[in-house]
Amino acid sequence: MGMTVAEKILARAAGLPSVQAGDVVEPAVDLAMSHENAALVINQFQEVFEGTGLEAKVWDPSRIAIIFDHRVPAESPKTATNQKKIRDFVAANGIAKFHDIRGDVGGICHQILPEYGYVRPGFVVVGTDSHTTSHGALGAFSFGIGATEMASAWALGIAVNIEVPATIKVVVSGAFPPMVGAKDLVLHLIGLLTAQGANFKVLEFHGETIRAMSTSGRIALCNMSVEAGATSGIVPGDDETVRYLREEAGVTEPIPTVQPDPDAVYVRTLEIDVSALGPQIACPHTVDNVKGVAAVAGTKVHQIVIGSCTNGRLDDLAAAADIIRGKKVAQGTRMLVFPASGRIFAQALDKGYLHDFMKAGAVVMNSGCGPCLGVHEGALGDGETALSTTNRNFKGRMGNPKSEVYLCSPSVAAASAITGVITDPRA
Amino acid sequence: MPKVILKLEHDISTDDIYPGRYMATVLPSETPQFAFADRTDFNASLRAKAFPPGSIIVGGENFGCGSSREQACSTLKGHDLAVVAKSISRIFLQNSINLGLKVVLCPDLEAVEGDELEFTTDQVLNRSTGRAFPQVRLPAARQGIMDAGGLIPYTRRRLQARPR
Repeated sequence: MGMTVAEKILARAAGLPSVQAGDVVEPAVDLAMSHENAALVINQFQEVFEGTGLEAKVWDPSRIAIIFDHRVPAESPKTATNQKKIRDFVAANGIAKFHDIRGDVGGICHQILPEYGYVRPGFVVVGTDSHTTSHGALGAFSFGIGATEMASAWALGIAVNIEVPATIKVVVSGAFPPMVGAKDLVLHLIGLLTAQGANFKVLEFHGETIRAMSTSGRIALCNMSVEAGATSGIVPGDDETVRYLREEAGVTEPIPTVQPDPDAVYVRTLEIDVSALGPQIACPHTVDNVKGVAAVAGTKVHQIVIGSCTNGRLDDLAAAADIIRGKKVAQGTRMLVFPASGRIFAQALDKGYLHDFMKAGAVVMNSGCGPCLGVHEGALGDGETALSTTNRNFKGRMGNPKSEVYLCSPSVAAASAITGVITDPRA
Repeated sequence: MPKVILKLEHDISTDDIYPGRYMATVLPSETPQFAFADRTDFNASLRAKAFPPGSIIVGGENFGCGSSREQACSTLKGHDLAVVAKSISRIFLQNSINLGLKVVLCPDLEAVEGDELEFTTDQVLNRSTGRAFPQVRLPAARQGIMDAGGLIPYTRRRLQARPR
């Protein structure tokens, strides 16, 4: 029987000739990623070894990546102490794929992993972050796990007792209209599937629109696959994947890709034509509460947020800068911009985008998770509304349960910053 | 007989169960104080130990959606609570099994706060209404971890069984 991309990757990693949805396998882990929650992973890891008489050593330090992004620079002594504890562990275990709080090689984990070539097509990637689905953009099977499961992977080098997920095939056709792109597509898709429509399943992306899409757009697509519940989103590797890894990540080794078999079995196939798609917006307080922007146009916005692992890449910043250049952020509205990595920050600086934002009145922040998850900075006041290019709008997400968050593309966010109300960028 | 102490709607996120601003607190011994911190009255009752061990939270569809933060499970486990929901998001379900938080899948459950529930091997019995609802079995793939009492003892056993 034919296999999907996820089935092929899991079969290879488990050393089996073939697997199918429902099988239970124990794939070898190619890359294990954590951020500040490595503090909890370390705690659980040491507990695993307690009383065994075995030395608490990770199975392979070259396959572990740790990136500080959630609270950088530290917002509290507690976080700073956790970060210090993690640095000590990294040094003691010889973990080289470590990205500390730095303006050059720092950034958000889901940007750093692709940018430094840590993820390759066909890899099994686990991460203690739900948006680890992002790395399917490079043709990997990449999924989020909890800290104790990561401790287990650090000890054993495998993901234990994994049920091979069924796959939903998503075929996308048509060219995006102006001011519409990957973010609008994924919001539209989540609206169609609902927040749990892909729970325990994989989304495998196909079609001319995906083939023509940049790796940046594919990362946005796979990043938000988890908002439909997906275990992983996967774009099968192609010429663009190889181009990205060679030109942008500097990979020199061969880059084999994994393609699905022609007779692969899918639990469902979804076809989407984007040629008439308009800008989309996810309304409070669930990501699947998706509407056309027109439905909520005119809603007052107190805080615009542009950045994150979803939409903090150079093309996202370019789209926003093109709209806001020479204009001003509306009075009564504040605009926060945080590039996804130090490298992108420097590129956006060179291209003048950051200057455009600052002259318009935006606050440009350091790379990191920033205001997205309400732990660090950019919290909302009671009764305030944010319009954000991030990935979640759950009640309380930006630090205040008495506020509202809408999710959109960088173009919608930038156009709305100028007017101070939710605005269709085509208007 | 354990009672339902909180009845919730669909799509309860991990931000609701354990708000992001407490994520710097990671240890299972320290997370329970922040359970449902933004639901201030309920959180206060939990911290005052107003509910006996085994008390039940009833969720709708997609309980525990969102972040992979394990604090969302350890915070409930620390209060010895059980979760019964129509469906549970993948990462939350796996984290619950890994940490030994009692979770039950029961798609048709009808129960309100104050109802007394009993769990059999394959049913949820609502003793207050006299009605029985079928359980959906937890993933068989994870049975070994449940039998071992959680992922830490399970992994420890696997490590010790490896040839040196």
